[in-house]
Amino acid sequence: MNQRPIMEDDLHAYVDQLLEPERRAEIASYLDDHPDIAGRVAAYSAQREQLRGALASIADEPLPTELNLAHIIEGRKRRPRWALGMIAAMLLLGLGGLGGWTMRSVVPENSNGLSALAQEAAYTYGVYAPDRVRPVEIRASDGAELTQWVSNRLQRPVKVPDLSVSGYRLMGGRLVATSHGAAAMFMYDDDHGDRLVVMTRPMSDRKLDTPMVPQSAGSVAGFAWADSGMGYTLVGQLPGDTLKPIANEIRKQARPI
Amino acid sequence: MKDMLVQVEPLIPALRRYARALVRDRSAADDLVQDCLERAVSRWDQRRDGSVRAWLFTILHNLAVSQFRQAKARGRHMPIDDAGERELVSAAGQEQRLIYQDVLSKLARLPEEQRAVLLLVAVEDLSYADAAAVLNAPVGTVMSRLSRARERLQQEMDGVAPGNVVALRSLT
Repeated sequence: MNQRPIMEDDLHAYVDQLLEPERRAEIASYLDDHPDIAGRVAAYSAQREQLRGALASIADEPLPTELNLAHIIEGRKRRPRWALGMIAAMLLLGLGGLGGWTMRSVVPENSNGLSALAQEAAYTYGVYAPDRVRPVEIRASDGAELTQWVSNRLQRPVKVPDLSVSGYRLMGGRLVATSHGAAAMFMYDDDHGDRLVVMTRPMSDRKLDTPMVPQSAGSVAGFAWADSGMGYTLVGQLPGDTLKPIANEIRKQARPI
Repeated sequence: MKDMLVQVEPLIPALRRYARALVRDRSAADDLVQDCLERAVSRWDQRRDGSVRAWLFTILHNLAVSQFRQAKARGRHMPIDDAGERELVSAAGQEQRLIYQDVLSKLARLPEEQRAVLLLVAVEDLSYADAAAVLNAPVGTVMSRLSRARERLQQEMDGVAPGNVVALRSLT
């Protein structure tokens, strides 16, 4: 008989009743021939039954009112949208007052408008990143539509960076207003729900090329740079060391060919 | 949102059970589940394809873990006495109840990550892949944690002192 070797994982899957019938039969016959291992497997199965029995009654208890999902959904709907907007605005003002919300370039102030761009990105991050309802207007699933929309509005071909190598997935994007006109904002998140914002818009100097400049504002940090008159910035609530390689990746991908 | 109600509501009792078995305190566990449900409602449109069940357990597990971390940072320890077990085990005959209390108090002595994997797999019937997603670990890691959890729980039940187990392990 040409049988696959028995693995420790098989024994657990046997206990957890996750095996296909054929494999299950193979393991059962193996256990018949190996009483010591059969004893261990029986003990694990007994543990499993005892744990299930001991905890079963919890799932039978009536749910308290606080866990009534219909109430939770209803409670959310009734919270007016303007209240959320106001909370966001107050947070932003509060941060500005206390922590110095102004984006500061870490290098001297000859940054060709990059600090302005980074500042705009920090405001954008402050408003949209904490938003649990609609952080983006066009979701990643409509990526083509998003690219076309922002490219039309910025009158430049805009590429949406793919940050999956860094562990971040595109959530989507939107157009945002800045004091220098429209900018495209893309938002990303990772498995922990940490969010990053990438923002891009044309710079006043349509031929501007700059090195990458670190930026910081309170708990929001990032990098800004320009390639062929297009300004880019990456901001997030992560240390600069973590953001730097992601910014490099974006620069590599976004650079006009 | 109606779609959400239909998919999520039947899973709430299991979420409650997992939370209570993990934190061993009824009201703290229900607070975690409530927090989990609120997050689930607000993120429903952003969830990715895959099992709703694994998604919910992931949110709940992460909330529980960050609570453990905060408790640890404040220097508070999770209770290891039997009060939690008495509260956990309610409906059962006297003899059965003692057996149940015993297995739960021994479970409580396992490291948090071993307890979590055993509960997810053996009690909540998550597949190994789903458990790996919840614990944000590769399946191989989940399997070895599960193996260690079962071995350790068995030693507890057989009356082997945990100190000896550690000594033996470090020799091998």
